[in-house]
Amino acid sequence: MINRRQFLATTAATAGALALPSIRAAQASEPIKLGSILDVSGIFDAYGKPMDMAATLAVEELNAGGGLLGRQIQKVSYDTQSDMALYTQFAQQLVRSDQVHVVHGGILSASREAIRPTLRKAKIPYFYNVLYEGGVCDRNIVCTGITPAQQIEVLVPAAIEKFGKKVYVLAADYNYGQITAKWMSHYVSQSGGSVLATEFFPLDVSDFGATIAKIQEAKPDLVLSALVGGAHLSFYRQWAAAGMKDRIPLASSTLGSGNEHLVLTPQEGNGIMVAYSWSPSIDAPAAKAFLDKWKARFGDVATINEFAVNNYQGIHLWAEAVKKANTVDHDPVIEALESGLAIDGPSGKVTIDPQTHHAVLDMQLMEIRDQSLAVIKSFSQRQPIDTQKFCDLKANPDDNKQYEIDI
Amino acid sequence: MDFAVVVTVEILHSIAVLVLISSGLAVIFGMMRVINLAHGEFLTLGGYVAILGHRNGLNLYFCMLVLAPVVVGLWGLIVERLVVRWLYGRLINTMLATWGLSLAMTGAFSMIFGNTMTGIPNPLGGLTVGDYQISGYSLFLIAAAALVMAVITIVLKATRAGLIARGAMQRPDMAQAFGLNISHVYMTTFAAGAALSGLAGALLAPLVGLGPGSGANYIAKAFITVISGGASVVTGTIVSAGLFGSISQVFTLVTSSVGGEIALLVAAVVLLRLMPIGITGRFFKGWT
Repeated sequence: MINRRQFLATTAATAGALALPSIRAAQASEPIKLGSILDVSGIFDAYGKPMDMAATLAVEELNAGGGLLGRQIQKVSYDTQSDMALYTQFAQQLVRSDQVHVVHGGILSASREAIRPTLRKAKIPYFYNVLYEGGVCDRNIVCTGITPAQQIEVLVPAAIEKFGKKVYVLAADYNYGQITAKWMSHYVSQSGGSVLATEFFPLDVSDFGATIAKIQEAKPDLVLSALVGGAHLSFYRQWAAAGMKDRIPLASSTLGSGNEHLVLTPQEGNGIMVAYSWSPSIDAPAAKAFLDKWKARFGDVATINEFAVNNYQGIHLWAEAVKKANTVDHDPVIEALESGLAIDGPSGKVTIDPQTHHAVLDMQLMEIRDQSLAVIKSFSQRQPIDTQKFCDLKANPDDNKQYEIDI
Repeated sequence: MDFAVVVTVEILHSIAVLVLISSGLAVIFGMMRVINLAHGEFLTLGGYVAILGHRNGLNLYFCMLVLAPVVVGLWGLIVERLVVRWLYGRLINTMLATWGLSLAMTGAFSMIFGNTMTGIPNPLGGLTVGDYQISGYSLFLIAAAALVMAVITIVLKATRAGLIARGAMQRPDMAQAFGLNISHVYMTTFAAGAALSGLAGALLAPLVGLGPGSGANYIAKAFITVISGGASVVTGTIVSAGLFGSISQVFTLVTSSVGGEIALLVAAVVLLRLMPIGITGRFFKGWT
């Protein structure tokens, strides 16, 4: 004989047990949610829009191939409107109400640092797919863009060999510019050259007349520029307007990453040396296939930039990790990423460095020719040596900060 | 010696840029006491008009010297009729309204032109001075700034329109009693100030990368120049632009670009502490 309470308990348990498989089945067919958080409007939209298009392309491509683990991928995206405050808000939303399995996004370092703690706490893998100043050491994040050392170690020795040893450095006066200028000086002295002067410019400075006079007085063989943004673009125009372009050559770590070479006329831009991981003129099947797919989906390949390619590759790296781990759970996915995971992306082979969670990438040394980036020389699989100097996630898996790289 | 020439040209260029970007504001603020916070966007609009005109095959100098001032002047006319004229004498309200206008114009620029930098190629090449190179366009800008100042002086001093404008600004009630239409005088003055801004924006377009938010880069310097200059439109602008242009350029040469900007701001603060109503409030009284 059973009393009423026992009867209720047993019935509930039985009903629960019977329902369990159907809940599991429902879960299996539910989509995997990929959170995307980017500035698709506002003052950074020139970066954010192509990145968002790249994310759409990558997700559609994965779904067309049957999705991941037999489940479709659903892209949950938020437009942060170039407003840092919205990053924190939307990151909370992705974690709490959308319950995504991974987040790709963030453009400025400030936006990355705004959402990194939230995602780390929630144990949601975070992919930051933009070139930046380096130094982030956190087991929950994967940085798939190039860092200054990766770029400068290719650019500076080549420029010095071609143009001469006396160098004048111009850089934007904030975190990225300061760190990049340090790496420039480092590689200039490594290549046997000398830095005559380093000058920093606030981001809103657009008058470079006095600087151009000073550079002429110093008579360098080469000017290295890490100038950033629209106001600084004025330098290249004023330099050409003064007739300096034929006298002293330029190399830059920033020009062209946001398609700036399309704004400069051929007379203003031709011959400036740059180095990035992506160029539309890379002669490889994966790069050509990417351009074709982009063209088929969006019509015009002119919008593609380094950032878009990085975002596309970041999503494919995550997909590879999920396939390898055979689950979307946090720890197995991170472990899969740390197994020396690599993909063949549009920019070439991209490998995750287990020590830093940064990408090992192919670099292209290029020259601006008639508003296009022409590859002069390719460098295979460059390590993020700046971040490797400080960050070792194998030795300190609980590390959680951005090191200020000082050399 | 050659370097001295280069430095002199750079200083004059810096002064010329200040004169150009602040002359439109000086006319509107100096004469009408209206603070136009959309001044930076008027400059940007001038730049865009010149670029669009040039892209559509028009002569670059025509676009810069005629088309841009005319279009921005007309835009100023519309703005004055629709917004500013209801707010004369209400300083704070005018500031709010023109600030809103500046936000709206920035938004419109990014919707129409996209949030990317554009530009037009520089029409003049470099000039060789001994071992050095200077930009031919710098000399052109210096000449343009001198010409703008000369034209404003002549209009204000030697024409009947200038006389009416000055009279209407100083004693509107008196001018009205003489049968002048004050409303039309204000409207014309505002449009003329806007046209000057458009000209300045167009003249700067070949030197800088132009984007929807570019106006913000100029507005602070334009205001510092105009407020420090004081009531006289031409003399005030020339004196304070001369002072600030030289200070910022000399400090930029000796220290860095940051040093130049700091020197300019310190000079402005000291100057306004000593002369709260501007340079022409104390010296050059009664000059145009």
